[in-house]
Amino acid sequence: MTVQAWTFLIVGLSFALYIAIAVISRAKSTRDFYVASKEVHPVANGMATAADWMSAASFIGMAGLISFLGADGAVYLMGWTGGYVLLALLLAPYLRKFGRFTVPDFIGDRYEARTARMVAVVCAIFISFTYVAGQMRGVGIVFSRFLEVDIAWGVIIGMALVFFYAVLGGMKGITYTQVAQYCVLIFAFLVPAIFLSLMFADIAIPQVGLGRLGDDGQSLLQRLDGISTELGFGKYTDYKWDSINIAAITAALMLGTAGLPHVIIRFYTVRKVRDARSSAGWALLFIAILYTTAPAIAVFSRTNLLQSVPGTAYVDAPEWLGTWEDVGLIAWQDRDNDGVITYAPGQPFNGKPTFAKHSETHETLRGEHGQRLITNESVAGENELYVDRDIMVLANPEIAGLPNWVTALVAAGGLAAALSTAAGLLLVISSAVSHDLLKGAIMPGISEKRELLAARIAAGGAVVIAGLIGIWPPDYVAAIVAFAFGLAASSFFPAIVMGIFSKRMNGPGAISGMIAGIVFTTCYIIWFKFIDPGSNNTQNWWFGISPEGIGVVGMLVNFAVAIPIAALTQPPSPAVQTLVQDIRIPGDS
Amino acid sequence: MAANCPDQYPVAMACESSQEKNRRAYFRANLTRIIILLAIWAFASFGCGIFLAPWLNQWMLPGTGYPLGFWFAQQGSNYIFVILIFVYVFMMTRLDRRFGVEEKD
Repeated sequence: MTVQAWTFLIVGLSFALYIAIAVISRAKSTRDFYVASKEVHPVANGMATAADWMSAASFIGMAGLISFLGADGAVYLMGWTGGYVLLALLLAPYLRKFGRFTVPDFIGDRYEARTARMVAVVCAIFISFTYVAGQMRGVGIVFSRFLEVDIAWGVIIGMALVFFYAVLGGMKGITYTQVAQYCVLIFAFLVPAIFLSLMFADIAIPQVGLGRLGDDGQSLLQRLDGISTELGFGKYTDYKWDSINIAAITAALMLGTAGLPHVIIRFYTVRKVRDARSSAGWALLFIAILYTTAPAIAVFSRTNLLQSVPGTAYVDAPEWLGTWEDVGLIAWQDRDNDGVITYAPGQPFNGKPTFAKHSETHETLRGEHGQRLITNESVAGENELYVDRDIMVLANPEIAGLPNWVTALVAAGGLAAALSTAAGLLLVISSAVSHDLLKGAIMPGISEKRELLAARIAAGGAVVIAGLIGIWPPDYVAAIVAFAFGLAASSFFPAIVMGIFSKRMNGPGAISGMIAGIVFTTCYIIWFKFIDPGSNNTQNWWFGISPEGIGVVGMLVNFAVAIPIAALTQPPSPAVQTLVQDIRIPGDS
Repeated sequence: MAANCPDQYPVAMACESSQEKNRRAYFRANLTRIIILLAIWAFASFGCGIFLAPWLNQWMLPGTGYPLGFWFAQQGSNYIFVILIFVYVFMMTRLDRRFGVEEKD
């Protein structure tokens, strides 16, 4: 069977499974729709959270990114996991005890202000749309690469599927499909990783494979350090960025994770406060299985690339190089005309490759060695090879010479990761519209039945908008992902933590803190990403912190504004003080 | 707790305040645990994984060829995070019971 036939079969089966689960667990009430009636088992919730959390970027992009960043890739490995400790210790149990439906619910009730709730709603919707666009794009890319359908059609198929199970099933449907999606994605991630580990390190556990001492008394990592230094890339295991920036980005991602509404909302769905604590642990355990495997894949891919490509004549290069060059994710510019691939630090040209085509026949033009010609202008340096970072996970089965069904499985895994995250985000958008805007502000007297209908319509509308962004992505999607984390870190996280741990924090303090945090973070990111991108470097950054890490300073700004203002204004009402008292104690006593 | 309080007014008042005291002690004990665990969290990730990593890299994780700082950054901190959460769950389940604030089924 061909890869394509296998992909149709495996992806088709996985979709049928998701639809079957959605039909069985459809939502009958708003409680079902928003929080799955708060009856999800902590282990199931942990799996659903893990699937919700691990997006197309985690599945497809992260290992490749780390493979190029080396040690610096740790910002993602620690940043996207460490937040769960904060969630389990500082947020989840208290929000579960609070026991309503959404994050703006808590902000609104705790700070007794519609303004606070509205700030929270706007942030939640903005963060979720930023994030969901990337997921829909991911669905389109997987479809187009593996099934050779147009990206637009891929997005439409993905939209139809998410529409079906998110609109029908709400949180309940999403939760149980996410459990299935987690199983698909983790299996799909581990199978090639295990084979690669056997190939490179003679052991089936990738996490151990990296550091296992070989017959020559050296580990794979040490060998990679050697090759990498020889080629001028420096040691793979040494940090290249400043420690302060590494720490800031890691912290911003951790705090952002703990403040992302689609993650927080998952802890509303379990039965007890104790379950909220433990399901954060299960979630992180399930996430860690992928997050400790990814750095291993990164090292295997890096070693493979550095061992088999630099200094090899193009005509003798491994087969996968040509395959991915045909897809446009690898490009080679023979700058010194020697037919040999030189791979060195730096980019051969700026941006993505544009391949030369015949002006009339539109056929791909090829050079004397058979390589695809590119029209990009070279930049200074020796490097001749462009490798797209997304290629690593997708190319692995091929690099390891694995059977076709494994490639198909990876496609199904990528789709599972993208769809599960998209569904979780759509639910946040839908509940923000129907519950927080409609019921919370515009028409408080709305009946349960009509609110459920409104939630479904909002979910449907959000799917369509997300799909459109996926088909015609604005150029700045990648640049604004830093926003999502920065905003969550500088608004939600401090507002919720102060709401739980300080009885003195009041509405004016929290609102001005959130606004100060958001404005600071937004201005810093907009300045360096859009207004003056040329100055986006260490010399100009404040405290040596890049826009990706500025959310942590935004959080400090939030605290610095909120605390004095709260101290100078009226303390919160006795009702709120009782509320705070109450959420700190798990039982009802 | 409230169920054990007699109905008579003065006694109930005294009882209320002892319940109050119990809750405050429970939350203080909770805070102590949070602070200790978060200190370990920060030491493992920001300490060993980032600021101390270049220095720790002069050693290998015993029995392997993993530079120690690199191991903390890309493997170890992750394992430690998972363990920390389950330790907190275990500690809090005991604490809830000791202070009689656990949830009834």
